[in-house]
Amino acid sequence: MEWLNAFVNSARSLFRRRRDEQALNEELRFHVDRQIEQNLAAGMRPDEARYAALRSFGNTAVVGEETREAWGLRAFDVWRQDLKYGLRMLRKNPGLAAIAVLTLALGIGANTALFSIVNGVLLNPLPFPNSDQLVMLHESKPNFQAGAIPYLNFLDWQRENHTFASMALSRGYSFNLTGTGEPERLQGQWVTASFFGTFGVKPVIGRDFTSDDDQYGAGPVALISASLWKRKFGSAPDVLGRTVRLDGRGYTIVGVIPASFDLRVWNDQRSDIYAPIRIWNHPGLRSRQAALWLHGIGRMKPGVTLEQAKADLARVAANLAAAYPNADRGTSASMEPLRERIVGRVRPLLLVLMAAVGIVLLIACVNVANLLLARSTGRSREFAIRAALGAGRARVIRQLLTESVLLATAGGGLGLLLAWWGTRAGLAALPMAIPRSQEVGLDGRVLLFAAAISLLSGILFGLAPALRISRTGLDNVLKEGARGSSGANHRVHSILVVAEVALALVLLAGAGLMIRTLARLWRVDPGFDPHNVLAFNVGLPPSMTKGSPAAIRGYIRSLEETIESTPGVRAVSLLGGSFPMWSEDDWTFWLEGQPKPQSESEMNGVLNYQVDPGYLSVMNIPLERGRFFTTHDDEHSAPVVVVDDVLASKFFPNQDPLGRLIHFNGAPGPSEIVGVVGHVKQWGLDSDDQNTLRAEVYEPMRQQADEAMGLVSGGVGVAVRTSAPDGPEEMIEPLRRTLRQMNGEMVVYGFESVQNIISDSLANRRFSMILLGAFAALALVLASVGIYGVTSYFVGQRTQEIGIRVALGAQRRDVLQLVLGDGARMTLIGVAAGLAAALGLTRILTKYSLLFGVSATDPLTLLAVALLLTMVAFAACYIPARRALRVDPVIALRYE
Amino acid sequence: MDKKTDLLQGTLDLLILRTIALEPLHGWAIGQRIQQISKDVLQVQQGSLYPALHRLEHRGLVKADWGPSENNRRAKFYSLTKAGRKQLETERASWERLAAAVAQILETA
Repeated sequence: MEWLNAFVNSARSLFRRRRDEQALNEELRFHVDRQIEQNLAAGMRPDEARYAALRSFGNTAVVGEETREAWGLRAFDVWRQDLKYGLRMLRKNPGLAAIAVLTLALGIGANTALFSIVNGVLLNPLPFPNSDQLVMLHESKPNFQAGAIPYLNFLDWQRENHTFASMALSRGYSFNLTGTGEPERLQGQWVTASFFGTFGVKPVIGRDFTSDDDQYGAGPVALISASLWKRKFGSAPDVLGRTVRLDGRGYTIVGVIPASFDLRVWNDQRSDIYAPIRIWNHPGLRSRQAALWLHGIGRMKPGVTLEQAKADLARVAANLAAAYPNADRGTSASMEPLRERIVGRVRPLLLVLMAAVGIVLLIACVNVANLLLARSTGRSREFAIRAALGAGRARVIRQLLTESVLLATAGGGLGLLLAWWGTRAGLAALPMAIPRSQEVGLDGRVLLFAAAISLLSGILFGLAPALRISRTGLDNVLKEGARGSSGANHRVHSILVVAEVALALVLLAGAGLMIRTLARLWRVDPGFDPHNVLAFNVGLPPSMTKGSPAAIRGYIRSLEETIESTPGVRAVSLLGGSFPMWSEDDWTFWLEGQPKPQSESEMNGVLNYQVDPGYLSVMNIPLERGRFFTTHDDEHSAPVVVVDDVLASKFFPNQDPLGRLIHFNGAPGPSEIVGVVGHVKQWGLDSDDQNTLRAEVYEPMRQQADEAMGLVSGGVGVAVRTSAPDGPEEMIEPLRRTLRQMNGEMVVYGFESVQNIISDSLANRRFSMILLGAFAALALVLASVGIYGVTSYFVGQRTQEIGIRVALGAQRRDVLQLVLGDGARMTLIGVAAGLAAALGLTRILTKYSLLFGVSATDPLTLLAVALLLTMVAFAACYIPARRALRVDPVIALRYE
Repeated sequence: MDKKTDLLQGTLDLLILRTIALEPLHGWAIGQRIQQISKDVLQVQQGSLYPALHRLEHRGLVKADWGPSENNRRAKFYSLTKAGRKQLETERASWERLAAAVAQILETA
């Protein structure tokens, strides 16, 4: 309890200092006066009485001092003194302070910025209650781990499991919204009634879905997003009960979902509307085989581990496989934690960047340490006198560290500002590069991080000068004519410079490899020509949703003709199924002549593309054998397909696939192969080669079955090759106009130049390359500034020596050699050390698959960066060296 | 710098606590009382009282109030707190133990 009192009293004394001082003076004065009174009463003379009283009291000053010490403020006073002195020292050297603070601000700012990203993306839990209970559910097939879950299987999983508190499905869908202001295309999701309950999200107003809403034939209801609520309904509370027309059907709004729910796992767009999945009533919901891209989410019961949940669902899936062998043989359940799914792929990237930016901070600290060390020789006198007056070594070190921490704090404050601004600018420029980027911000943990690294940096770079200076011997400093210790300090400077050159080289090597990776990737041939190609979607008018297959076929034919006739369009094709790096759809097949496999999982998988004859011209895919489709390949003629060379070589090795028949699962009869085209990189420029599902098949749009026309009526994709000189985006307005003229109720949306689709697929590599490049450039600048500074300093120190040498006959060349020799030696050793370190460290990049097409020890890259660094370093040495040449021996010798 | 006191630090604290246990006193009076009662055996360097008093106040063992003194001037009066009283008992007990031990040694050794 006592210490508590002491602490409280110390704090109180802090604020009442002046009053306490006055009180103490009064108290002591009272005592002395009282004693004088007593002495007078005893008969002394007044001056005697006073003298005796003071003598018996003791030394007033000492008493005052000791009493004040009892107030427990000594530590605080000492610290305050250090601070005041430190500030004064920095004010005397504004130039040094400014350079140091700026350097530190760059280093600390970059680290804080990156940490705020790491914090928001990797460290913070997902914004749901108990978010680590959430997992993503998939159905696994023999050749594909993360497949979609058939609806009927899902219902059985929901019923039979023991380890999940709740499960839900969702499926992305885009709706035509009409009847509420401007017609527009909304991104939405069909969900099971349990969807929001599984996440733990409650509507802002209104209610969540109930199981009554999710029944076949129930009255359609919908939940809307907060942003749609604001945009279309002005956030009015009477939105509940109002009806919206989606694809011509009326849905009653029952609730609004909070703006904070922004899950973008399956696509990159915010969903604005949610409706119960049975209202969709797609026939695939009643089949155990149709995948329908249904994505699963589950919340495990409290205390259940991932292993237990996996085992449980595997059991349920095994039961299903036994009960329904046709549909489910070979399938099982797989799952992964939701957070892992969202952020897993960027974790290695972010950690590598964190390490890189840490290196930048180290280099910054080295620079500041060099700076302080150089400055400290000018202060060695000051500290020698302090030591003579009784300052202990620890006190001196503490004083110097206080100055360093002050610098670091100032740097940290400025750095925080830079970080805040830089992160916002960076993420705004490349929002798709990082998942959860909307959750990145400066929260408590980030601020704590900034404070901690400021403190640590201050101590780190302050230590070397502090240790050196406090060791200064008194005698050799106070001697006249002494110019500060040179030998030992020189070595410390050199070591620091070597260290920062090595660190800069490591970063440059990493950045160089990333740049080469990206350059390689850009040159990869995607299998088609993405330039001047525009892709978009067209939502058919509401009247078509009830149209007959023949009517729909006729409509899309005239749609295609209208688009083709638009000036500026060179070729057009409607799209269904997959599109490279955009959407995937797959079928299963077996070949004619083989027995039909028992279950789907035993058939072969293939990516399917429904296209028109114009597709080949739109995409410029090379035709290798046979022919592509013509307008004669329609619903009345024999079914034909075109395959890619991967399928041809895998299934018809050394044979001619033309004329062979292929059976697709669910098709009424076989199709004939009439052509072979080149393979396109469906999965991405870098990852396509490793994917297991690469075989591709093309089907004519017009030969799709009547049932498929139902899906087409919801909307169809279009790709056009344009001849617009300024890029395909120029055609957006003309196409919109033409189609609006054709039918005002069609919604045309989702315009994207295919070139952009490809570069978006590389978005997060570009992000890391830009950042790593920026850090490496920063390191290069800092290191060269450091070398320049140190070499300048050395020249200054050796002015006298140079003057003597010149007076004794040294030529320009000799002086240059003297000065440059130092710089060259430091640079070369640093580069060598850096190369050695880089050879070891860049392995990390390969380990996390961050490189493509270039090895971690690529000699060309390493040589190039080594050369770059060496040249820059030499240039940095050369400038002060030239100054050395101008030393006038007379002046140098006179200088003391 | 050595403090001119015959007493150890802890002992002075004990004496102060005991002296003000009966009634609040100001610093000068405390010094006089100690001198008086010990019949001038214990001469306390007057100045050393104040660091001791402020330390005790800092630790919460005594509290101080300003009030009129016997000669009608303002003075700072110190009195015991509850914690102080407890401390007094503890210190007194250990002092007596110490004294008994020393006496024992002088007797027998």
